[in-house]
Amino acid sequence: MSVVFEKTSYLTDKPFHYCPGCNHGIIHRLVAEALEESGMGGNIVGVAPVGCSVFAYDYFNVDMLEAAHGRAPAVATGVKRAKPDSLVFTYQGDGDLASIGTAEIVHAAHRGEKIVTIFVNNAIYGMTGGQMAPTTLVGQRTTTSPNGRDEAWCGAPIKMSEMLSEVPGAYYIERCAVNNNANILKTKKAIKKAFQYQMEGKGFCMIEVLSTCPTNWGLSPVEAMKWLEENMIPYYPLGVYKDKGATK
Amino acid sequence: MALTLMKGSEAIAEAAIRAGARFFFGYPITPQTEIPEYMSARMPEVGGCFLQAESEVAAINMVYGAASTGARVITSSSSPGVSLKQEGISYCAGAQLPCVILNVMRGGPGLGSIQASQGDYNQAVKGGGNGDYHLITYAPSSIQEAINIFSFAFDKAEKYRVPVLFLADGIMAQMMEPVEMPEMVDFKVDPEKKPWAATGWKPGDDPAKRAVINSLYINTEELTVHNNELQATYREIEKNEVLYEAYLCEDADFVITAFGTVARIAKSAINELREQGIKVGLFRPITVWPFPYKELAEASRNAKALLDVEANEGQMLQDVKLAINGAKPVEYFGHCGSLMPTTDEIVAKILEMKEGK
Repeated sequence: MSVVFEKTSYLTDKPFHYCPGCNHGIIHRLVAEALEESGMGGNIVGVAPVGCSVFAYDYFNVDMLEAAHGRAPAVATGVKRAKPDSLVFTYQGDGDLASIGTAEIVHAAHRGEKIVTIFVNNAIYGMTGGQMAPTTLVGQRTTTSPNGRDEAWCGAPIKMSEMLSEVPGAYYIERCAVNNNANILKTKKAIKKAFQYQMEGKGFCMIEVLSTCPTNWGLSPVEAMKWLEENMIPYYPLGVYKDKGATK
Repeated sequence: MALTLMKGSEAIAEAAIRAGARFFFGYPITPQTEIPEYMSARMPEVGGCFLQAESEVAAINMVYGAASTGARVITSSSSPGVSLKQEGISYCAGAQLPCVILNVMRGGPGLGSIQASQGDYNQAVKGGGNGDYHLITYAPSSIQEAINIFSFAFDKAEKYRVPVLFLADGIMAQMMEPVEMPEMVDFKVDPEKKPWAATGWKPGDDPAKRAVINSLYINTEELTVHNNELQATYREIEKNEVLYEAYLCEDADFVITAFGTVARIAKSAINELREQGIKVGLFRPITVWPFPYKELAEASRNAKALLDVEANEGQMLQDVKLAINGAKPVEYFGHCGSLMPTTDEIVAKILEMKEGK
């Protein structure tokens, strides 16, 4: 019998705490596989701040740092400056990166910090139980926008990939999704490319991955994926927003 | 060795580098901006890293990241900036990361002033950030003393895995004094000595050596165990690391308590009073945490009364009263904001106490 699939050793054996249908599991696997394939084993540091993925230190089988809410890019900066030859990544949610941590992510990009940020955008605060995020869509109901997000009252959802691609120091910014096999493969390819750029000493890279939150969206996993395709992808178009290394 | 005339901020920065600090993350704020300025020129010369952060919040988190690799890391700021760092300081304490933080105190509250003050004593020793934690907190009263403390501050931070805080003030950073600098320490990260640090790990390596730098213990029992360990460390520090100076306390009828720059002013007042035949001494905590409670009670055993002098509303006064525990009168003199108590004012206050007013 031949082995057709094996879990990467860059994930621990600890069962995920994530809710059924949540996309963190897929994204964790893609990141861990890309870490293994980077060949940087023994010299990798991950940083995961407050949010559903704060327990990432239990799952990624490398040196891991928990960080305060929003501060992962600053923590990763400290790591990368102290260990310039290591592969450093942050794994952040949208409440974390697009709200409380905007200063840290903008300035990590601005400095051209040689780190990779995996930005998981599910348009809601998951860990605290489904509050409105800066990325919550207009009309989307959450526990702090019970009548749906009102654009006149609290603005339109922020588009971080578009915004960060305008920062001169950003090297590579791509928005992906893991809603089907083709997109999962594309996401993996983007993560690998970002790691490759970092190993070449290029600059700040961010891969935004659109993700579902069936629990807090109040949908089944299948319905949630459909909602993502019909609502999130049209507002947050997939694609490469910046790639300074692209061959012309 | 020859003495060199140096500005406090620059001497302190150089002392940190000589003690092995190779990473500085900070943000400009008066009256400590000369420290980042000095670091920006000096760090590249010694193969170190100076990085100007986008905020004090980011700076302390960069400290968290670099300290996680076992490196010797420092940040400096002044009162409002140190308030911004409190979140990160609490995380460093929780994750048991050795590092050094400098607070060059200025007047408060809020934006306050840019002149010297001692208004952050409570923030420094009674908490500051969330949760039960302490920082070894040194309050030097001269530039030379700050330099001397730096020669062991990182060792203490690493021995106990706690952040160390220097509580200085604007006067110390801005004045110049003749100082003697120690030799450069040859510091390298030793993964054997810091098995907790992120020094490199891959699947298949000893699982016990994978770095997990963390202050999150979601399970109540585990958080209790973690806190008990921290508390045990704090008790060890209280036992071993108390530093103080007792000046002319032995025969003193009045003992003045003061720390930092104010203690020097108090010393001038004491010398003046001694010339008048009045027996006054000075008790000066050098570590304000751990506070020298027993040592103060012992040093003032022959005194009739104590006078606590501070450039704040009497924040250390609470600790002085705890040390004396009601055994004798403890009075306070000082000013809030940035007004320094003067020698004349202290002399007048002691004369008043002597006359029993």
